[in-house]
Amino acid sequence: MHKALAISGLEKTYKGGFQALKGIDLTVEKGDFFALLGPNGAGKSTTIGVITSLVNKTAGKVSVFGYDIDTDLEKAKSFLGLVPQEFNFNQFEPLMNILVNQAGYYGVEPKIAVQRAEKYLKQLELWDKRNDAARMLSGGMKRRLMIARALMHEPQVLILDEPTAGVDIEVRRAMWDFLRELNKQGITIILTTHYLEEAEMLCRNIAIINHGEIVENTDMKTLLAQLDIETFVFDIAPSNKPIQLTDIVSRLIDDHTLEVDLTKSQSLNQVFSQLSAQQIEVLSMRNKSNRLEALFVGLINKASAAGVTNNE
Amino acid sequence: MNNGIALKSILNKEIQRFMRIWIQTLVPPAITISLYFIIFGSLIGSRIGEMGGFDYMSFIVPGLIMMSVITNSYSNVASSFFSAKWQRNVEEMLVAPVPNWVIVAGYVGGGMARGILVGLIVTLVSLFFVDIQVHNIWVIIATVSLTSAVFSLGGLINAIFAGSFDDISIIPTFILTPLTYLGGVFYSISLLPEFWQGVSKVNPIVYMVNAFRYGFLGVSDVSITTAFAVIGVFITVLFTVAMILISKGIGLRS
Repeated sequence: MHKALAISGLEKTYKGGFQALKGIDLTVEKGDFFALLGPNGAGKSTTIGVITSLVNKTAGKVSVFGYDIDTDLEKAKSFLGLVPQEFNFNQFEPLMNILVNQAGYYGVEPKIAVQRAEKYLKQLELWDKRNDAARMLSGGMKRRLMIARALMHEPQVLILDEPTAGVDIEVRRAMWDFLRELNKQGITIILTTHYLEEAEMLCRNIAIINHGEIVENTDMKTLLAQLDIETFVFDIAPSNKPIQLTDIVSRLIDDHTLEVDLTKSQSLNQVFSQLSAQQIEVLSMRNKSNRLEALFVGLINKASAAGVTNNE
Repeated sequence: MNNGIALKSILNKEIQRFMRIWIQTLVPPAITISLYFIIFGSLIGSRIGEMGGFDYMSFIVPGLIMMSVITNSYSNVASSFFSAKWQRNVEEMLVAPVPNWVIVAGYVGGGMARGILVGLIVTLVSLFFVDIQVHNIWVIIATVSLTSAVFSLGGLINAIFAGSFDDISIIPTFILTPLTYLGGVFYSISLLPEFWQGVSKVNPIVYMVNAFRYGFLGVSDVSITTAFAVIGVFITVLFTVAMILISKGIGLRS
């Protein structure tokens, strides 16, 4: 069976000589929830641009469900729905017109388009705004409008380029639920995001891109298993006693905050038992940072260091 | 993929756009043309007498209608397509499986719709000033449709190359307006010295205005066959250029 997305040897050099993509290979299975992560300028949006034909590639192959964008571009496009990073609808057009016209570009009959527009506007809580000009919407509403627009032709693959950038946590979580539901219905979802927690919570597979190269491409579990050290923050009852943890790296940040680094072979029980023995009361506990973030920074740094070595 | 629905969607979008801002798109031509009729037709025209065998007011009506059609067809597509580029909503079409010819036809159709609608409005306004006669309705329909297609294509190409809003006003101001004023709207080119008659015949608008005037009055400074041939050549060349530019993604894809 054809992959939802297959990319091989993808290169892009912009006018002026900047090489944004340096031979990317990537595959996304049908029904996957896939994250494409990378720092700013890594090549995420260029990759999405090439897939959706907004950017002309320099070399390489891209196919969507087996349809090559060089030979079957229109067929390949028909499978894709795009939620771009920037708002790119006509700010003066009413929501209903934006959605119905977009469906029309994919050959959807107006009657069906109106029904779908109603369905998605209601699901994304925009129905009351259907006759308003798009510029009247808040930032979060504009993001949801772009999701509704991308779904109007019922695509098989939904590509979202930082869909939750700048939206509040409540809206973000509602969008996550909506995307999970779409994925359950069989839609392949490819996501780029700066919120690494988002990728960790939603995606099954992940690729990390840096300086136009894929530095990691694996499933989320395998990636997280690479994590060597996890940092926990303990809120403790203030005490004048010095805290000493045997064989565990720890730091007393202030009189009520203790940071502890645990390796894979160490357990929280060891920490609790040692703190109990020293009569230190633990009030609460949390992860210091997002686990994926730690890995991400490590991988990017590793790749950058390798790049420096190679250049030398 | 139903290209008919895609074409209709682009056309709908374009027509909805200029109808939404009708006060900017449909009213000004009516006011401008009224002023032309009052000043050139009633006040000055009455002192000029006949032109080409007709009273001056009757002579300039076809040219003034055509002038409105030309400027409105051009500016509709130039501003709409550039605005779509600027707001990036042109990407809505570029990511969809819409063939390039449908994009071109949709925008040109929108420009023609506005050009012809403005032409009708101006014609209605002119009825307050002069009795319009019709010599050949088919020549009128063909000329106005094809001319608005030519200038819609021109506006599209202008918008493709434009990098700023200034760029879409340069050609109308420095090329289109002089060519229109020198295109026989207000005078018969037979009044010019022979050399300048020859120069005028390089101006394509002369052929369009004269073919249109022939449809109303039955008189023309140029052969109607030549006029349609010139318009046909312009449509073919401009359509081909627009298709190449969009296929290559000039100004649209990085």
